[in-house]
Amino acid sequence: MSDATDLWSYLAQEPLLWLTLTLVTYVGADALATTVRHPLANPVLVSVIAIGAVLLATGVPYARYFEGAQFVHFMLGPATVALALPLYANVARLRKALLPMLAALVAGSLTAILSALGIARALGVRGETLLSLAPKSATAPVALGVSEQIGGLPSLTAVLVILTGIIGAVISTPMLNALRFTDWRARGFAVGIAAHGIGTAHAFRVHSTAGAFAGIGMGLNAMLTAVLAPLIVTLFF
Amino acid sequence: MIRALAILLLFQLAGETVARGTGLPLPGPVLGLAALFGLLFLRPSLRDRLEATATTLLGHLSLLFVPAGVGVIAHLDTFGRDGPALAAALVVSTALAIVAAVAAFAAVARLTGAQADE
Repeated sequence: MSDATDLWSYLAQEPLLWLTLTLVTYVGADALATTVRHPLANPVLVSVIAIGAVLLATGVPYARYFEGAQFVHFMLGPATVALALPLYANVARLRKALLPMLAALVAGSLTAILSALGIARALGVRGETLLSLAPKSATAPVALGVSEQIGGLPSLTAVLVILTGIIGAVISTPMLNALRFTDWRARGFAVGIAAHGIGTAHAFRVHSTAGAFAGIGMGLNAMLTAVLAPLIVTLFF
Repeated sequence: MIRALAILLLFQLAGETVARGTGLPLPGPVLGLAALFGLLFLRPSLRDRLEATATTLLGHLSLLFVPAGVGVIAHLDTFGRDGPALAAALVVSTALAIVAAVAAFAAVARLTGAQADE
């Protein structure tokens, strides 16, 4: 018994266990998403709940888990750069859709910021918690910078950004099917604006054109949110 | 694969350097994306070199968000009394933003005749 305890306390300190847990859980969640095909079987959502439950049950702090998982996290950078390839492959379609994209970008970005602030304020949220909500649809590194700039709490914004991404990935497909929007360009672009990288990851799973347009939506909304969020907060909140 | 990864990292590094140097409020990888996109027009052969690795990385983009996502667990107490209000704001606002963007795209596409080609 004490041998098992020793082995556990050794492994729990090492990156290997947490990196392995991350990959194995994702492979399982990915297989589940492919077989079940229910919106709630989103691989990010399922993996986060499963790994979170393991950490809470074993009392392992998030920081120790991240020491192992950071190798996966690091690949987000090169993956973002790699979005240039589907963009380039779709450049003819992009040229054709410049005006619709511009309209969707302004409408989506404004709605994301204004409705989040308006709803939370109506429900009694005030102060720095409210301000932390403003950039929630932008990709994490931009959202954190904006949050700090307007007087929010960057660590709270990080959580709100991740949750927004998961919500967008879970609701977008059933909602857009129900509303009968069939244009993959519009669907992908909207999800990229509202739900950044996690929405883009979901769009790539659904359709490659949707994925390419989601990547552009994410990038453009990162820029527009950095401009709009401070403006809206100064004007209205 | 290794060569492609080296190229992607070089663009990320260049983006990071420009972002820090100029104080632009944009993440380094997004600037790296823009730079690589521009260079693909000058050197289309770069596409063949990067295609396989990019497809693999983007095909498992969901995996890369898991470590940051698990961070939600560490911040559960931050939600405190505003939890339900924040949850309502996130769900409704995300749904509204998706519908607003999709509707604006579809309306302008119809007006300008920029219909989907599929």
